[in-house]
Amino acid sequence: MTFNRRRFIQAAGAGVSASALPSFVLAQSSPIRLGLMTVKTGPLASGGIDMERALVQYLKERDSTMAGRKVELFVGDSGGVPAQSRTKLQELVERDKIQIMIGPLDTASALASDDYIRQQQLLTLSVAAAEDMTQRKPNPWFTRGTSTSSQCAMPLADYCAKTLKYKRMITIADDIAYGHEMCAGFQRVFEDAGGKIVQKLFSPLTVPDYGTYIAQLKTNVDGIFLGFAGSNGFRFFRQFNEYGLRGKVAVVGGMTAFDEAVLRNMGDEALGIVTSCWYSAEIENATNKRFVANFRVDWGYDPGFYAAATYVEAAVLDATLQKLRGKIEDKEAFMKTVRAIKVDTARGPVGFDHLGNVVGNIYIRKVERKDGRLVNRVIHTYPNVSQFWTYKEAEFLKNPVYSRDWPPAKNLES
Amino acid sequence: MQYWIIQTLNSFALGGLLFLLAAGFSLIFGLMRIANLTHGSLYMLGAYVGVTVLKFVPNLWLAALIGGLVIAVFGGLIERFILRALAGNALGQVLVTLGISFMVADFCLVVWGGDPIPVPTPAALQQPLRIGGVVFPTYRLVVLAIAVVTAIVLYVLMERTRIGAMIRAGVDDMQMARAVGIPVSKLFTAVFCLGAALAGAGGIIGGPIMSAYPGLDADMLPLALIVVILGGIGSLLGAFVGSFLIGAIYTFGTALLPDLAYVILFLPMIVVIAFRPRGLFGRRTV
Repeated sequence: MTFNRRRFIQAAGAGVSASALPSFVLAQSSPIRLGLMTVKTGPLASGGIDMERALVQYLKERDSTMAGRKVELFVGDSGGVPAQSRTKLQELVERDKIQIMIGPLDTASALASDDYIRQQQLLTLSVAAAEDMTQRKPNPWFTRGTSTSSQCAMPLADYCAKTLKYKRMITIADDIAYGHEMCAGFQRVFEDAGGKIVQKLFSPLTVPDYGTYIAQLKTNVDGIFLGFAGSNGFRFFRQFNEYGLRGKVAVVGGMTAFDEAVLRNMGDEALGIVTSCWYSAEIENATNKRFVANFRVDWGYDPGFYAAATYVEAAVLDATLQKLRGKIEDKEAFMKTVRAIKVDTARGPVGFDHLGNVVGNIYIRKVERKDGRLVNRVIHTYPNVSQFWTYKEAEFLKNPVYSRDWPPAKNLES
Repeated sequence: MQYWIIQTLNSFALGGLLFLLAAGFSLIFGLMRIANLTHGSLYMLGAYVGVTVLKFVPNLWLAALIGGLVIAVFGGLIERFILRALAGNALGQVLVTLGISFMVADFCLVVWGGDPIPVPTPAALQQPLRIGGVVFPTYRLVVLAIAVVTAIVLYVLMERTRIGAMIRAGVDDMQMARAVGIPVSKLFTAVFCLGAALAGAGGIIGGPIMSAYPGLDADMLPLALIVVILGGIGSLLGAFVGSFLIGAIYTFGTALLPDLAYVILFLPMIVVIAFRPRGLFGRRTV
């Protein structure tokens, strides 16, 4: 009997079915179907496009292979509209048969997809920051490698109170859950450290003009915390300078206020501003240096919050798949492994708590000029920060979720 | 006291900015009965074109002029080739202009990217003005002055010239105007171009305050609507008064009740629509 290829395959097939693992072999040979839920149109597109670029770069650097299996990428554009996000996700799941999703970008879309994720048991590596998705209403299929809204604001408050020795501060942010949560976390930690938030302002997301808010700002304070996202921080800060306040009141910013994406359109007025984030393009580790260098070659600018987000999530996915030898089909095993994983990423070492939220470094950064462009230089690192900061988890979760009114602001001056 | 002076100046400056935005919208709405939902897009496109022009000619006023002309041509094309085909079909026009506004938004995203782009304030106007204890951005006062001058020029054009008389005739009774030999068709295109030019130039002049960013169109369109509905359709005076009224309501409203910013902005419009559907200065149409 000649042993040709067909016979060999038959024999191999018989052997495999004998070991009762046919689906395993099939799965190993078929590509992993990865979905990216992002925003490529509308006001949030800048970050959303960066998310896709960084993820594509990650796959390109590894020849589209994770744990020996090919990865096929499917991209959905939600336009930043929650309802559309839900529809597109359904398309990704039911037509493209994705096995895991990275995204969505924004909190509203994440909340709109929450039910569907549970119902489909869709593995999700998210970027959206909504606190309760990993706190009081945890989704068992949801893992977040970036941070909650307040996870970066709380260390910054600590830094303001203890290192910068600020006593009196103002917070201002967009009037959306993300802004509320960030300011609440900032206020709680700052006031627990002995500081006072003497003024708290929230401006509508689409405010035409910040002049009326800027005119209200108290000037007898040590600093002002900006909790804006997207282009709003940029516009607020320009108008802040226009009113001659720069130099009179120190400015510190949350994780999205002076992102690399915004800095590249700013000038010297931004120099010296202190912000906190789980990422900076200036972080000194080999992974990040390679990431930033390649990203700069391809696109000509530094990656920021959103680009780093998918790059980090991809690294988490990659490491998890290595542990599972590429076997993404077992969802329970995947969730167990991903939440126990320790991996070195562009943002530094990353691990997760039992609710699926990241425990990782938070960086205090200062805007400086380097090689002619503005960068967020890391001036201090808070290692292994959890979403509960230094509070006990049980006590933290007993409180209501951070909001506009909680914790109550007791030191406001009128 | 200083606080209230600054907020008063703020309200005037915002009023000026709104007038530059709403004047063109009011003209088009008044004469052609078209709720031109591309108006916010024309404003945004103007800002972006201005950004590009400023790279070659570092002069904001020249950029506003060039940008205004570019947007006027674009507006003329929309009117001639698209809206003309839908004459009399109000719903169709609304939908088409809305569709174009989405296309413009995507076009801007592709060409200029998704990051906010600052429009530099002219160097001479960068320092805030300091009088006594009052500090106020010089540029905003200039915007206010430009708005007032624009209002006067438009007033003279509408009330003191032959063309203005024809436009007013068209607003009052289009069929009769046609019957007495007024070239309403050409007038339509001219007015649409003028309205578009005002929006485009407004986008650039407002640029140092607003910047150019994706979503600027959607932020500005409702403001234009509020002003025109409050002031009265087709009335220049209405647009002028409406702009400064909204500027004042918004400024003092958010200063006194910062939590109710949107309520304050839209409530006056609802009240006016309920009790005076034509707006404060709207003409009674036949």
